[in-house]
Amino acid sequence: MMTRRDTLLSVAASALMMSAAPTTTSAAAATPTAEEDISKLPRQKVELVAPPFVHAHQQATKDGPKVVEFKMVVQEKEVVIDEDGTKFQAMTFNGSMPGPLMVVHEGDYVELTLVNPASNTMPHNIDFHASTGALGGGALTLINPGEQVVLRFKADRSGVFVYHCAPGGNMIPWHVVSGMNGAIMVLPRDGLKDRSGKPLHYDRVYYIGEQDMYVPKDQNGKYKAYASPAESYVDTAEVMRKLIPTHVVFNGKVGALTGKNAMPAKVGETVLIVHSQANRDTRPHLIGGHGDYVWETGKFANPPENNLETWFIRGGSAGAALYTFKQPGVYAYLNHNLIEAIELGATAHFKVDGKWNDDLMKQVSAPGPIPG
Amino acid sequence: MPLAFKAKVALAALAGFVTPFMAVPLMLGSGDPAFEARQAITVVAPGSMQYRLPGEFTRDGRQIEAPRIELRFDAPISIMLHQVSAADYQLCVDDGACHPMASDTAIRADRPAVRVSWQDATGYADWLSRKTGTRYRLPTDAEWAFAAGSRFKDDGLASDSDDPSVRWIARYERESDRDDLSSTLRSFGGFGANERGLLDLSGNVWEWTATCFDRTAIDAAGRPQAQTANCGVRIAEGLHRAYVSDFIRDAKAGGCSAGLPPIHLGFRLVREPAAPLARLRDKLDRVVAAAGI
Repeated sequence: MMTRRDTLLSVAASALMMSAAPTTTSAAAATPTAEEDISKLPRQKVELVAPPFVHAHQQATKDGPKVVEFKMVVQEKEVVIDEDGTKFQAMTFNGSMPGPLMVVHEGDYVELTLVNPASNTMPHNIDFHASTGALGGGALTLINPGEQVVLRFKADRSGVFVYHCAPGGNMIPWHVVSGMNGAIMVLPRDGLKDRSGKPLHYDRVYYIGEQDMYVPKDQNGKYKAYASPAESYVDTAEVMRKLIPTHVVFNGKVGALTGKNAMPAKVGETVLIVHSQANRDTRPHLIGGHGDYVWETGKFANPPENNLETWFIRGGSAGAALYTFKQPGVYAYLNHNLIEAIELGATAHFKVDGKWNDDLMKQVSAPGPIPG
Repeated sequence: MPLAFKAKVALAALAGFVTPFMAVPLMLGSGDPAFEARQAITVVAPGSMQYRLPGEFTRDGRQIEAPRIELRFDAPISIMLHQVSAADYQLCVDDGACHPMASDTAIRADRPAVRVSWQDATGYADWLSRKTGTRYRLPTDAEWAFAAGSRFKDDGLASDSDDPSVRWIARYERESDRDDLSSTLRSFGGFGANERGLLDLSGNVWEWTATCFDRTAIDAAGRPQAQTANCGVRIAEGLHRAYVSDFIRDAKAGGCSAGLPPIHLGFRLVREPAAPLARLRDKLDRVVAAAGI
């Protein structure tokens, strides 16, 4: 007798085999770098950190390419996604929504060990938009609970790119909106530049992963809770197909980046904000600030645009914005579909310390009665 | 109507018991004593406390810290022991006098009614007044603060700096300091009692007050020079003073883009001094009605 889990496994596996077939025939085009050459490259092991933070890295490097080793453990777990205590059956890369931001340099090799612990219930894989071939690695990384896989790909172009789980068929959108998405930043070896080629640096980098969520409600309009991802699937898919999310959040829950978790910065500091949305369009805006340099499509070979008010992140992509804070205070960074920002959750705050600049702004006369 | 209403207020003022809450038509006196007896009321003894005035204050065109005053109450305040329960509020809904609560609300006698607007709360007070024959109303911010005692949070911001971000960041940090507070409602008493015996003040339910959002310009001696009042925005009291539009039920939609809103909006009521005055008021009502004003 097939259990629910077996069914999900076989559906995922057959969908993958069918879709993977065309790419395996073109495998004859060998990569120019021989295996033994790669084996001679220096290796670096990186411990990933949960967003909005990013592991330590060099912005530019004079060193040659290396193999950068990452490890991510897939965690299926129940999380709370809003202040009302709504429970959500999350599927995550390394326990966070979004998964951690990986940083390498163009020409480096990314070597990921992906682990699917036996305690999980479902097969998972990973599709890197930064990679080339085999459905972004998805066709080579499908692992059942109790398995792990190692994938290596060459980061042959710079930019910020989405990665996500894509285990085949209906499982793909469901796993993505259940939390299995993240981003990788492939920096040019000589770092970021403005349109004239002048180097750009950042003092801090924050990674914001925006995610649309589709939580089913009961007949009283109350959000339903489920004991496992599989039990939530049928109801969730029905909500997903209507394309109206119940939550649109940054970093996994409403308020994940506000209050005590507001992102700190200082006047005069330059902050790089990496923003990904693996499924749905969004339009970040920094209230009271700007994007000094914005790679709206997220690819560093294209010159950044200057002084943007709002930038557009296409669903299934990541973008990057560089801004130097000029004024202290609390800044809201949000999806400027304000309904999604305020009603559905897509709001973060920066808390910026420093000295106020009257030249940039001054309250000439405080609110009071209208004279005369 | 405005003229007749003013006349009524004037008459009432002459009788010595006018309150700012006379908008409710005076039609008490025939209430249900059993229902009235069910209301759990705590009497707060007269006294005084240091009180930071609500609203915004300016001096010489600059926003300043709100003045702190000595607040005195010479008469006791009768105020509900706990917030109005979902079950009590539902009675008003069933009577057709109150707006229904959210459909997923647990109608319990030991949990507060939440997701109620200022208008909803005022509607309940009017209904309860008719039902019991005793006048109930929302407390003023000052009454709430006095009843809350040590649970009242002084929202003074030390800096009168020229730098607007100093106040802003200080307020944000203070309002953010509540990580341990989940939105899960607790049974009455779940947030403890204050020194006056009142339950659950400054827990995760903010309580509506009758006080409007005022902005006052004061001179160097602290004397008010000009005031603008916005009664479309009322003060909700709790862990921090919140200014919320009176039709808002879920405060997240009523806050500004970079502050933290109240978690829940509920309320408790003040009971006006009872029998002799109520009888007098009834008499007055009849006089007013007979006079045709």
